[in-house]
Amino acid sequence: MTQAPATNPVVVELKDVHKRFGANHVLKGVSFAIPKGQVVAIIGKSGSGKSTALRCIDRLEIIDSGTIEVCGHAVHDPAIDLRRLRQDVGIVFQSYNLFPHLTVEQNITLAPRAVKGLSGADALAIAERTLRQVGLADKAQAYPEQLSGGQQQRVAIARSLAMEPQVMLFDEVTSALDPQLTGEVLRVIEQLAQGGMTMVLVTHEMEFAARVADTIIYMHEGKVWETGPGQMLREPQTPELRDFLSHGL
Amino acid sequence: MDYTFDFASVVAAWPQFLEGAWLTIQLSFPATVIGFVMGTLCAIGRRSAVRWLSKLCGAYVEVVRNTPLLVQVFLVFFGLSSLGWKVPAFTAALVALVINVAAYSCEIMRAGMDAIHKGQLEAAECLGLTRRQVYWHVILRPAMEKVYPALTSQFVLLMLATSITSQISVEELTATAARVQSETFRPFEAYILVAVAYLALSLLMRAGLWLFGLAVFTRRRRLGTGVAR
Repeated sequence: MTQAPATNPVVVELKDVHKRFGANHVLKGVSFAIPKGQVVAIIGKSGSGKSTALRCIDRLEIIDSGTIEVCGHAVHDPAIDLRRLRQDVGIVFQSYNLFPHLTVEQNITLAPRAVKGLSGADALAIAERTLRQVGLADKAQAYPEQLSGGQQQRVAIARSLAMEPQVMLFDEVTSALDPQLTGEVLRVIEQLAQGGMTMVLVTHEMEFAARVADTIIYMHEGKVWETGPGQMLREPQTPELRDFLSHGL
Repeated sequence: MDYTFDFASVVAAWPQFLEGAWLTIQLSFPATVIGFVMGTLCAIGRRSAVRWLSKLCGAYVEVVRNTPLLVQVFLVFFGLSSLGWKVPAFTAALVALVINVAAYSCEIMRAGMDAIHKGQLEAAECLGLTRRQVYWHVILRPAMEKVYPALTSQFVLLMLATSITSQISVEELTATAARVQSETFRPFEAYILVAVAYLALSLLMRAGLWLFGLAVFTRRRRLGTGVAR
């Protein structure tokens, strides 16, 4: 796949971000920048701070110091307009988090109608389009509990896409799935990458990261330890990454 | 045991019982609806990050749940009139019942709301929904669905508890039984009849609430899991 030119405008930028949970210093000065259209995979051990870093981008965690700029929003600023930030950022979680009392279609149309004020017909058209994008056009009327984990996760992706975000965040979205279901979700993410979506994925799927990501960020003990293209996983520079790659899989 | 039942005189008073039952319904229905709405708002208040509001709602619930309904009815009835506010016994009874059922509904709905997975709230927030929209679209209906059997029981209990308002001269079913037995000198028969009437009302009410649940909780209906009673 073609690498997005690094000259594209930066849409996500973290500078010297620190985050503590009580005495636990989770992020110890994390900095990275993501140009528009790039796919970045964050890898690392459990507890390395990778999910926390991702959650900070959408202000699901509030950082202690440093700055985060996302699509022109100063995420570190307490006065930020959260609604506008979240219209620009889509996030998909490990546990899908679909609304169980709503059909697939209603899950997707809820935010376009409630947040963007779209008419029912316009929202339905979006639901139809995004469901086709994730290959679930025939499941519009199903309830989440009638779907497999992989299907639920694809609906969650469609639900985020329906808000037409500038950036998509994926927080270990295949960790709860078996290999077959993982495959169907990863294919959807790969299509999005090919479509030019700016994406940040926290993942344990090394093969996938190496193939799809323009940049891989290896986090270790709350710091960005090593950064590079997918090739980096074949030629780790630090002993920590070498160790992680040999044990982590 | 040489008691011989004689229902004739008591049954002859059926129009009075019917009127009493109608008044019981007139008390129960609005008390349930208003009390449930108030209780739900109270539950939202209890979950609020605003400390004083949360504490106020909590105090209200504790006071109501730890005092007898009869005392609450007297407090409202005599309290309002002592404050120079002359209200009919029916109104005082309705107010007391609403205050009572709202407190219980509050606790039940709070349990339902707390049981909504945090991830769903996070997902809704991340889609840009406001706090109010999150409550309306993501919390309320599933919360109510989860605790619907408990709510049903509470509402039936409330209907039965309306009998207490006979103590402030509200002419509902129990008061009717008291009056009929004093006129016919057949207390056993009168209270048997009134017990059967309450039983019928309870069963009707459960059936009605069950149908209401079926209509509102479309997912349960579609998936054929039924609404537990």
